[in-house]
Amino acid sequence: MKKPEVLIITGDGLNCERETAYGFRLGGAHPDLVHITDLLDGRKRLNDYRILAFIGGFSNGDHLGAGTVQASRFRHKLREDLEIFMEQGKPIIGICNGFQTLVKLGILPGTEKRSWRQRATIMTNDSGIFEDRWVYLLLNPESPCIWTRGLGQMFLPVRHGEGKFFTSDPGLIPHLFRKGQVVARYADSRYLAPALEYPFNPNGSLEGIAGICDESGLIFGLMPHPEAYLFPYNHPSWTRDAALGKSLPREGQGAAIFRNAVSYVKGES
Amino acid sequence: MIYRIEVGFKRDIPDARGRLTEQRIKAYLGIPVRSVRTRSLYTIEAELSETEVELAARELFIDPIIQEYSINQGLNREEYDYSITVGFKPGVTDNVGRTAAAALQETFKRKMKEGEGVYTAVRYLLSGVSRRETERIARDLLANDLIEDAVIHDRRAADVEAPFPIKTGRRRSGAEGSSGLNIDEIDLEVSDEELLEISRSRTLALSLKEMISIRNYFRKKEVIEERKKLGLSSCPTDVELEALAQTWSEHCHHKVFNGIIHYIDEFNNRRTIHSLFQTYIKRVTAEIDSDRLLSVFKDNAGVIRFNDRLALVYKVETHNSPSALDPYGGAMTGIVGVNRDPFGTGLGAKLIANVWGYCLGNPFMKGNPPQGLLHPRRIREGVHRGVIEGGNQSGIPYLRGWELFEDRFMGKPLVFCGTLGEMPLEISGRPSYLKEIAPGDVVVMVGGRVGKDGIHGATFSSEELHESSPVQAVQIGDPITQKRMTDMLLEARDLLLYRGLTDNGAGGLSSSVGETAELAGGCEIDLARVPLKYPGLDPWEILVSEAQERMTLAVPPENLDRYLDLSAKRRVESSPLGVFTKSGKFHVRHEKKTVAYLNLDFLHHGDPPYELEARYIRKRFEEPEISIADHRETLLEMLGRLNVCSNEEKARQYDHEVQGRSIIKPFGGRRFDVPTDAGIMLAEYGSREGIVLTEGINPFYSDIDTYWMAASAVDLAVRRVVSAGGDPDFITGLDNFCWPNVVKEKMPERSHKLAQLVRAAEGLYDFCKAFRVPLISGKDSMSNDCTLTDPPISIPPVLLISVISKIDDVDRAVTPDVKKPGDLVYLVGLTHDELGGSELFRYYGEKTRGRAYIGNRVPRVNAETALKSYRALHRAIRKRLVRSCHTPAIGGIGAALVRKAIAGGYGLDIFLSAVPADIKTPAAAEINILYSESNSRFIVTIDPEQKEEFERVMSGITLARIGLVRRDELLRIRGLSGEAIISEKTDRLKAAWQGTLKGL
Repeated sequence: MKKPEVLIITGDGLNCERETAYGFRLGGAHPDLVHITDLLDGRKRLNDYRILAFIGGFSNGDHLGAGTVQASRFRHKLREDLEIFMEQGKPIIGICNGFQTLVKLGILPGTEKRSWRQRATIMTNDSGIFEDRWVYLLLNPESPCIWTRGLGQMFLPVRHGEGKFFTSDPGLIPHLFRKGQVVARYADSRYLAPALEYPFNPNGSLEGIAGICDESGLIFGLMPHPEAYLFPYNHPSWTRDAALGKSLPREGQGAAIFRNAVSYVKGES
Repeated sequence: MIYRIEVGFKRDIPDARGRLTEQRIKAYLGIPVRSVRTRSLYTIEAELSETEVELAARELFIDPIIQEYSINQGLNREEYDYSITVGFKPGVTDNVGRTAAAALQETFKRKMKEGEGVYTAVRYLLSGVSRRETERIARDLLANDLIEDAVIHDRRAADVEAPFPIKTGRRRSGAEGSSGLNIDEIDLEVSDEELLEISRSRTLALSLKEMISIRNYFRKKEVIEERKKLGLSSCPTDVELEALAQTWSEHCHHKVFNGIIHYIDEFNNRRTIHSLFQTYIKRVTAEIDSDRLLSVFKDNAGVIRFNDRLALVYKVETHNSPSALDPYGGAMTGIVGVNRDPFGTGLGAKLIANVWGYCLGNPFMKGNPPQGLLHPRRIREGVHRGVIEGGNQSGIPYLRGWELFEDRFMGKPLVFCGTLGEMPLEISGRPSYLKEIAPGDVVVMVGGRVGKDGIHGATFSSEELHESSPVQAVQIGDPITQKRMTDMLLEARDLLLYRGLTDNGAGGLSSSVGETAELAGGCEIDLARVPLKYPGLDPWEILVSEAQERMTLAVPPENLDRYLDLSAKRRVESSPLGVFTKSGKFHVRHEKKTVAYLNLDFLHHGDPPYELEARYIRKRFEEPEISIADHRETLLEMLGRLNVCSNEEKARQYDHEVQGRSIIKPFGGRRFDVPTDAGIMLAEYGSREGIVLTEGINPFYSDIDTYWMAASAVDLAVRRVVSAGGDPDFITGLDNFCWPNVVKEKMPERSHKLAQLVRAAEGLYDFCKAFRVPLISGKDSMSNDCTLTDPPISIPPVLLISVISKIDDVDRAVTPDVKKPGDLVYLVGLTHDELGGSELFRYYGEKTRGRAYIGNRVPRVNAETALKSYRALHRAIRKRLVRSCHTPAIGGIGAALVRKAIAGGYGLDIFLSAVPADIKTPAAAEINILYSESNSRFIVTIDPEQKEEFERVMSGITLARIGLVRRDELLRIRGLSGEAIISEKTDRLKAAWQGTLKGL
């Protein structure tokens, strides 16, 4: 069977394209790195692909807020293409800057009717600074999210200055919980409970929310970077297990996320 | 039309920028401000309708969930006492404004006209401060007077919102510039004093000898004849003088390293050294003659063959002078600038790792620094922030980072930034590491536009900091513009659209075109084709501007259209400026008129070499008699010392993970919070081969003897590679010298400082040779003094050795953290009576007499026994006999043992009586063993079951079992009599080690 084509948007300050592509390759897909200008100018089309990835980085320097200019570009130039893509039930992931972009576009958390109206935001960390820190994530087994199927917990790095999930709509978060749209929450180091306090919750996110999906479960956004943990050696203290002769896992924990989406579009799950 | 948009947070929404500012005001200035809120201000100067501006405000300038805005009036909501509005001075790069302008153009499908643009500012609303305090906050914290204006507004006085700064960020008015074709001719047929005055008044930094050699060139008959044909007089134009000054600057030409030195050693032996660079640095590389060297000392960075597919390109640079004036902008330009070195090597390298390192003044310094200098705390904050933002936004992971503190770095902070790149060995059959530029190739400038920023950076950095240091030497980098450019150029590289490229850094076009022209044999360019940020630049300014994010390419004419097409598609500006020729001339026109016409040979080789005197004086320092009653207290205090303590809080702000290949990160251990000895990254995705990166430096030994300082730096770099599991026989190095001025007559002890440089170069040669570490690239920064004070403050001599190596299988990598209770602790290597230049001496002196001791017995290196030990330990690591390994540096094994314990989360039982030591002062033997900084040592832990095998592999090497890993968290060190002299919980030790820089 032909490997599903994955569109990975690159350029203008995005920077996680290579490892994200490798993650999808590990998952059994064929990733294509496409420069944002090729989409804006119509040289490449969204609809030629089966999975879409908004990757991490600093799109347009985050100069007007993380993901803001990228969101504006989609809203004005690529809205129709993106709507068709979503209507066809194709999976979309937004990681870090990509998550920020999807939230600013109003695609996440999303509503039954796609309004393209922003309902929540991802704002500056409570600490006010960018941090690189590995975090413990509790994944919601009740979530419809196709990207995290079968996954209960995960250890991944965050690398952001703007990662605090926030909304001023008091009804939104309970609604997201009810619908299983809260996919990932920061947790303590033993994964016993969601973490609300720094450093386990690295940015002050409401309810420790690290990742959410839309109602369909096809569109997934998260702040931590699964593509930064594809190899067992990416773990920040893997030498502790290795030195004691314990065998390392075959691959890093992040790889499963990409494999899930590829399996989904192949109809395997 | 001019619109003003003010953006603020909605009520009850936390303002992180405001809170951070509040913390800084309290921590740095000690002003008890009650609260700080902030607003973002945008001035839009463009033909837009009010509806369009409304739309732009809603979609681009605010986050509607948390922010609100007003147009052409203040938000007028919050209570505060004073506001400070900070915006850029005219002509200073405004990155956010630039992005906003581009976004507006895209949204409204309209191109902005000349003179239109978006300018940004930040407004701070302060409560609970007086006017004087507000002024101090503006001056000492929020605005850097060199590049920013601050406007203070008293809320109560007027009860209206502060006015918008009208001029902020907008370009210079036309009146300040000229028509754009102002060319001076400078008569050099004048007295010597007048020649020097010409050099001084134009910041040329040319010596009298150099001025005279320029005069002699312009007196030549054939030169006069040739010039006449082009309508040039026999006087040089300002364009020519500037081009010569940039090319001949210390910064570009390394004149001390290439000069003639008459050296007198401490025994009065005299000899003459013709170029330190040739005699020591280039020679050691040539003599080692490794087959992995692909391109050394000729391109922007050195290149080695890593395996049969991959070449690695490495360069470390300093950006000291700009960072002293504008720590944030200077340091950011440091990192994005060094990115362009490996990027501008051969056909261009993809950038895969960054490193940083700073030598700074004491951030806890009491009182104010001398007029004209910034407080070390502010320098540290700005330097970190600049390098963090520059590297993180470029998507390059930081694999190493360090900082050292010493009062003398207050006069000139050292900011080291380095970048590792990779290239396939061949690109479509062409060797990637060569430039083959041909006459007829088009000279193309790509990237940012040219403004007055960064003019005279090269000549300025070749001088000490003084009162008239030029403000325009400060540049502001934009990592995103650069990333856009480098992404595009990598596409162009893989299509082989160009034949070579180089960086526009120091000296601007004058250097980049000048240097590449040498490969072809000449050039002819037209400055009128250079895109400008704003009109009014004179031709010489266009030629030497160091405006950032630019490269110069050689594009074969048949590829030009395809290249320009790709560049346009990616929204990157590229401008053909002329052609490479074989005329032998550096020919610069402004439209039709020739403004510079110089023999390339004269431009590059016409400067007379320096001839300098060096006399070495052996200095003797007071030798303290150490007497310590409480070893536990000493250890706790040593751990909190600036040069020993943890800097994790800042280091965490650097991205260590992007690109997904880092596997031994700057911090490791059970809680990922203790520094590792070397960084390791995967050579390729899915591969088990690893690239090892680390460094060695210790400027504290320089006062005693720079020879052993250099030896120690090389040894530290090599043993850190080994400690992490890297191959001791695949190490390649870079040298970075930072020295005080050894040329200017007014500098005290300059002949001794030059002699120190000779001894350091000798040490570098001897130990690179002994360890078989070829040097592939390097840099010297030779004017690290500050003459704002009397006497001047000169830095101690500094040599940084940065190395790369290989680990065949990353699965064998080793980290410092102890792994398991019951494991045996070994010390490899001999401990000597070598507290000279140690942290312990500084600590003891400061504690007992308020001033550091230096001592005399500086750590030495026995390369022969060291190398034998490194190879044996490497074999043991490959055989998986080593569970943890850490090499001591500053603070000796005392500090190293603590790091190993807290990293692993277990205590240790240590017997100092077992340590192999050669101590001549029995009274202080325990202190010597704990804190001597003797080189070539490791602390290793092993599985007790592998004891015999480990000792067999290590046979013939000096080592001893000195203790074991405990089950609990107690560190217990027994003295020579067998009694416990230190017994402390690891969490107490950790708190002492982490506390010093917390919140700073």
